[in-house]
Amino acid sequence: MKIHEYQGKEILKKFGVVVPRGIFCASVDDAVSAAETLGGKVWVVKAQIHAGGRGKGGGVKLARSLDDVRQLAGEILGMQLVTHQTGPEGQKVRRLLIEEGADIKKEYYVAALTDRATQKVAIMASSEGGMDIEEVAHATPEKIIKVFVDPAAGVTDAQALELARGIGVPEASLPQAIDTFKKLYTCYMETDASLAEINPLILEGNGTIKALDAKFNFDANALFRHPEIVAYRDLDEEDADEIEASKFDLAYISLDGNIGCLVNGAGLAMATMDTIKLFGAEPANFLDVGGGATAEKVTEAFKIMLKNPKVKGILVNIFGGIMRCDTIANGVVVAAREVKLAVPLVVRMKGTNEELGRQILKDSGLPIISADTMADAAEKIVAAVK
Amino acid sequence: MSILINKDTRVITQGITGKTGQFHTEKCQEYANGKNCFVAGVNPKKAGESIFGIPIYGTVKEAAAETGATVSVIYVPPAGAADAIWEACEADLDLAICITEGIPVRDMLIVRNRMKAKVAAGGKETLLLGPNCPGLITPDEIKIGIMPGHIHKKGRIGVVSRSGTLTYEAVGQLTEIGLGQSSAVGIGGDPINGLKHIDVMKMFNDDPDTDAVIMIGEIGGPDEADAARWCKEHMKKPVVGFIAGVTAPAGKRMGHAGALISGGADTADAKLAVMEECGFKVTRNPSEMGRLLKALL
Repeated sequence: MKIHEYQGKEILKKFGVVVPRGIFCASVDDAVSAAETLGGKVWVVKAQIHAGGRGKGGGVKLARSLDDVRQLAGEILGMQLVTHQTGPEGQKVRRLLIEEGADIKKEYYVAALTDRATQKVAIMASSEGGMDIEEVAHATPEKIIKVFVDPAAGVTDAQALELARGIGVPEASLPQAIDTFKKLYTCYMETDASLAEINPLILEGNGTIKALDAKFNFDANALFRHPEIVAYRDLDEEDADEIEASKFDLAYISLDGNIGCLVNGAGLAMATMDTIKLFGAEPANFLDVGGGATAEKVTEAFKIMLKNPKVKGILVNIFGGIMRCDTIANGVVVAAREVKLAVPLVVRMKGTNEELGRQILKDSGLPIISADTMADAAEKIVAAVK
Repeated sequence: MSILINKDTRVITQGITGKTGQFHTEKCQEYANGKNCFVAGVNPKKAGESIFGIPIYGTVKEAAAETGATVSVIYVPPAGAADAIWEACEADLDLAICITEGIPVRDMLIVRNRMKAKVAAGGKETLLLGPNCPGLITPDEIKIGIMPGHIHKKGRIGVVSRSGTLTYEAVGQLTEIGLGQSSAVGIGGDPINGLKHIDVMKMFNDDPDTDAVIMIGEIGGPDEADAARWCKEHMKKPVVGFIAGVTAPAGKRMGHAGALISGGADTADAKLAVMEECGFKVTRNPSEMGRLLKALL
């Protein structure tokens, strides 16, 4: 689960990381009064959307007067902000963060994330802050310093110092940098984050280390013990169909193609999508109905897939284990009738009770195309939509 | 022969009294030598009782001492599953198989580091399979987990995969063309897990009754590439490889928590390239895994 920058900064502040003073707002008038409340001569008007790359897309602007704040807030609020992470249609800006200006002397990068290979928490830091870290990793990997933290020990002083010296923090600011890295780690662990990134982490003229941005991602499996994080969820930033699907315990992700697919199991679902591509078409979605699909669940899955106007055909691929093929077949028949299915449907079923399942589809009188293998199914649905 | 488990393996079921645990314990008992293999259940609140003729003990340690079981299978719900893994480890079992899906990553991080620290301090190593996995099966001998038993056939092909249904798909293809399996292993779709592809490949390489292997992976993480590089140097048997997720977009979690492209090296294309370079027969058509393997024998 992702959250906004202003929410991430609230969390960082709670864990003792220094962040700029800022006020979240959702209207132009509020933006101006926020700037007045903050005082000073320079403010930053920042679009709050979940995607990264906001600055480059024109969603972060410097204001040197209250009139500036008013004008910029007016421009940014409501705009379709396009970044490399939003897709070409962009994301509508509904919220702003107004912050005091910062005296940036140097920009660093720091992030905490779980490293699969070592099964430890990696703290990654770089002297090249404010840039796309993947570009830094590619062009100058030596400028990224990593330490791996054993959860039993936490970040040691030596590790934190290695990071701070490694990225060139000046001597006078070392203690605060060390403290910041330790707090970032504590925050990462205690909130069950899967990513906690500060880019940039800045050094101010007076030597203060401050988090100028905050990007968090949280482990969906752990949200049950973090109501305070769940409260940060912003449904405006999520795909409406994916939210709807999650209510029925369906894992759904919309994609750009025209063939809807409904599969049991995440690996088989991806393999099915890949097979569709192999036969010259593109999948319209990823949809895993999981282990315990009922007729109701299959019907909801059909409804969600068919909401996408691009869908010109549907491929159902089920490997029946615990879930029996006849159960799925009944579900498919009910669903096809209920949604008055008007696009071609290919069904491939294997495993427990597959004969029975096929018979049910055949007896339904619906124009369902039966397939034997995944490849056969993909070939048939691709031919049917052409 | 087979890897990890056979008809003589004795198993403790942690979470035997829950809905999932009950359902699958019955299916496992029905399969091959299952009646003799599943010898104990654990539930501290129901110690002294029994279910399906299986005695329930208060702790794993007690169950192991009483029955001589060396393997446990875990169906405990997510919030308590990591503790259940640790309990199996503290009881010095040989292998813990965690079926549970949805365990917080932090819990797995903590328990995996504790397990490693125990071994580093000279303690006995308990292998972990999973979590979020279908389990493993040695056909006609024993099934520990949630896979459909009847699609399997005894034979000499090893199968290892992160995904449950994709494992069944490979097994189904093999059985259909008359090739049986020595063991089929689901290592699970979570980012922090126990046995990885490389560990299972080593076991298949050492198993005299395995002639060839189908290795199936997914987008996300370095595991498949690590296994392929090891195989290039050491594997004596032919391997067919497939990676699911060529069409998966970066930055989106595709069902499995571990199936998430995070950098450039963990895309399906990148992994397929490494596997091919390391001598695997790779395919982009998952319907061909069985046939390709047959052609290699």
